[in-house]
Amino acid sequence: MEKVLLKGNEIIGEAAIRSGCKLFFGYPITPSTEVIEYLSANLPSQGGTVLQAEDEIGAINMCYGAACTGNRVLTASSSPGISLKQEGISYAAAVELPMVLVNVNRCGPGLGGLGPAQSDYFQSTKGGGHGDYRLIVLAPSKAQELYDYTMEAFDLADRYRNPVMVHTDGFLGQTMEPVVLKDRPEAPEVDQSWVVNGCKGREKRILASYSLTNEVGEENNLHWEKKYKEIEEKEQRWESFHTEDAEYLLVSFGTTGRICKSTVLNARKKGIKLGLIRPITLWPFPVKGIRPLVDQLKGIVTVELNTGQMIEDVKLAAECKVPIHLYRRQGGMLPTEDEILAYLEDIFQPDGSGEVHE
Amino acid sequence: MPKAIVLEKYCKSCSLCVEICPMKIMAISEKTNEKGYFVATCVDQEKCTGCTLCATVCPDVAIEVYK
Amino acid sequence: MKKVFERTKGLSDAHFTFCPGCTHGTIMRLIAEVMEELNIIEDTIGVSPVGCAGFCQDFFTCDFVGAAHGRAQAVATGIKRSLPDKMVFTYQGDGDIAAIGTQHAIHSAARGERITSIMVNNAIYGMTGGQMAPTTLEGMKTTTSPFGRDPVSAGMPMDFPKIIANIPGAVYVASVSVDSPKNINKAKKAIKKAFQVQQAGLGFALVSILSTCPTNWGMSPVDSLDWLRENMLPIYELGVLKEIEEVKNL
Repeated sequence: MEKVLLKGNEIIGEAAIRSGCKLFFGYPITPSTEVIEYLSANLPSQGGTVLQAEDEIGAINMCYGAACTGNRVLTASSSPGISLKQEGISYAAAVELPMVLVNVNRCGPGLGGLGPAQSDYFQSTKGGGHGDYRLIVLAPSKAQELYDYTMEAFDLADRYRNPVMVHTDGFLGQTMEPVVLKDRPEAPEVDQSWVVNGCKGREKRILASYSLTNEVGEENNLHWEKKYKEIEEKEQRWESFHTEDAEYLLVSFGTTGRICKSTVLNARKKGIKLGLIRPITLWPFPVKGIRPLVDQLKGIVTVELNTGQMIEDVKLAAECKVPIHLYRRQGGMLPTEDEILAYLEDIFQPDGSGEVHE
Repeated sequence: MPKAIVLEKYCKSCSLCVEICPMKIMAISEKTNEKGYFVATCVDQEKCTGCTLCATVCPDVAIEVYK
Repeated sequence: MKKVFERTKGLSDAHFTFCPGCTHGTIMRLIAEVMEELNIIEDTIGVSPVGCAGFCQDFFTCDFVGAAHGRAQAVATGIKRSLPDKMVFTYQGDGDIAAIGTQHAIHSAARGERITSIMVNNAIYGMTGGQMAPTTLEGMKTTTSPFGRDPVSAGMPMDFPKIIANIPGAVYVASVSVDSPKNINKAKKAIKKAFQVQQAGLGFALVSILSTCPTNWGMSPVDSLDWLRENMLPIYELGVLKEIEEVKNL
C-alpha cells in the first residue's frame, strides 16, 4: 500500500476521493482551506466536481441538493464557517441526507484565532443548528486517523442516512505526517430507494422537512430519535490506553488525546497508574468506554481546548461517582504532557496516601 | 357544441372566470363543494364559444373546456 | 367534441392550498404544462422554497426537494452538478429569491448555472401574513410598513430581474405577468423558453412573474388583478429583459 507524506487537510481530501466522493462544495477559510485546494486539484480528474460557493451557506445547501441525488458529497470549513452552515446541516439531518462535514476547528468565539481548539465540541455534538438532531462526530488524533475516519465517515453517513462530521483542528490539519493510503473498505450496501433523480418508472418523491401537522411532526421526531438511539447503541468508539489497572484516568480527544498518551507514559514511569480514554466518536459519546472503569478509578481529568465542554459528557458517563476535573488550554494554546501530569498530581496527590484530595 | 365544465372540487369561488367570460355566462352558484366554496358554473352552455379564457385565468385549474 | 383545455399531467390531483384567487396556481399550471409539452416531467427535479410558494412540491408530478428559506438555487446547483443531465428548476417567491436568498440568485446567475428559476413577485410576504418584501411598492401598506413603505428608511422596491439581467451568466431573463389571458400566454412562452435554455445548456435563466396576493392586499381576486395592472406594471417593466443570440435561435 502506498505511503505518502501529506498535510492533514490534504489527507482528508485524498481519503474523500478514495471513498468515492463525487462532489465537494466549500468556501475557503483558514485553517481548513487545503481541503478545497487539494480537491480542486485532484477531484475533477477522477470525474468529480468541486465548486467554490458564494459562501458557506451556499456550500452546505449545494451539499444538501447533491446528497438528495444519492451521490457522495463533502464540505469542509472552520468554526465561523461551520456556524454559517448550521441551518443547512439541520435541514440535512431532518431530510436524513448522508454527507460528510469537516470542521477544522479554530479557537473562538467570534472570528477567533487559528490555533488548535476544541471549542466547537458542544456545537458538533449537541446538534449545533436548530431543532433536535444529532450528527455522528468522529475525532481523529493523527494523520492516519484523518484518512481512516474520513473514509469511515462516508460509510456511516450512508448506513444511517445522517450527516457525519469529522472534528479536527488546525494542528492536525496543517501538520505533515506519513499516512498509508489504504484501499477503500468494503462499502456497505445502502438503500437508495429514497433518492431524487427524476421519477421515470416510479412515483414522484419529495425530500423535504416540512410538516404543519403536529401528529406527523411527532412521528418524525420519534423516527429520528429511534435512529439516534440505534447509533448510540452501536457506534460508540474509543481508544483505551493503559486503562486495565488505571486508578486515574485522562479523557481527551483529538490533538490533546494524542498529547495525553505521553502524559500516561510519563506517569507510569513515576509509578502513577494513569490511563487514557480517547473518544473516537464524540457523538455518540463513548459511555461504554468510561462506565466500566468507574469503580476502579480514584479520579478523572478531562483535557480539553475549551472552557470545559466534554467534561459534562464524562460526568454523565461516570454518573459523577468519581471526582472529575478539567485541565484546559484555550485561545489556540496546547498543553504539554508535563503540565497535564503536574495538574493531575496537584489535584489528586496520587503519590500520597492514595486518598483523594478534593 | 362547445362547453366549459367546472371541476367543482377545485373551485374556490374567486370569480375570475365570471369576470373574464366574454359571453357573461359564468356565475357563482349556490352549490357548495366539500371545502364549502360556492362553486362557479356555466349558466348557459348554449352560448359557450369554447374560447378557454375562463380556464386560462382560473388559478385553481378547475375548468375544462370542450369544443 | 374535443377537450381543448384540461388539467395537465404535470399537476397532481391535489387541490392547491392557496387562498381563493391567488395566481400562484396559474403560474404552477403554466410550468406544469411546459414540462408536459417538453416531455420532461420524469427528468425534472423541482426545488421548492419557504413561503406560500413552498407548497408547490405537493402539486407538481415531478420529483421535488424542499430547500431552506432562500437556498433554493444553492440546492438546485447541488442537484444539477450531481445530475447534469436532469432538468432542475426553482420556484421561489420574491422574498426568497430577492431578500433572504439574494446571494444565491446572483451567484447562480454569475456561474451561468444550468438551472431555471421562476420568481413569483406579489410585492408582499404572503405566508407570514403580509409583511414588507423587497418588492413592496413605495407607499404600500404591509404589516411591517403600516404607514406605507417609506423609501427613506426602507428604500425603494427592487426590480430584481433587471439586476440579474446585468450578470453575464444569465442568458435569458424575462419579466411577465399573469393578470390577463394575453399576459398569461406570454408568461407561458417565457417559462418554456427558460426550460429550453436549460435543455440547450446555455446558462442561467430567470422568469420573474407578477402575481397577486388578494388576502394580504386586502381585496377581492378581481380587484387584485386591477391593482396589479395599475400599480405593479408601471414599476416592473414587462418583456424579455435579456436574451443572448443562442437563446433567440432556440
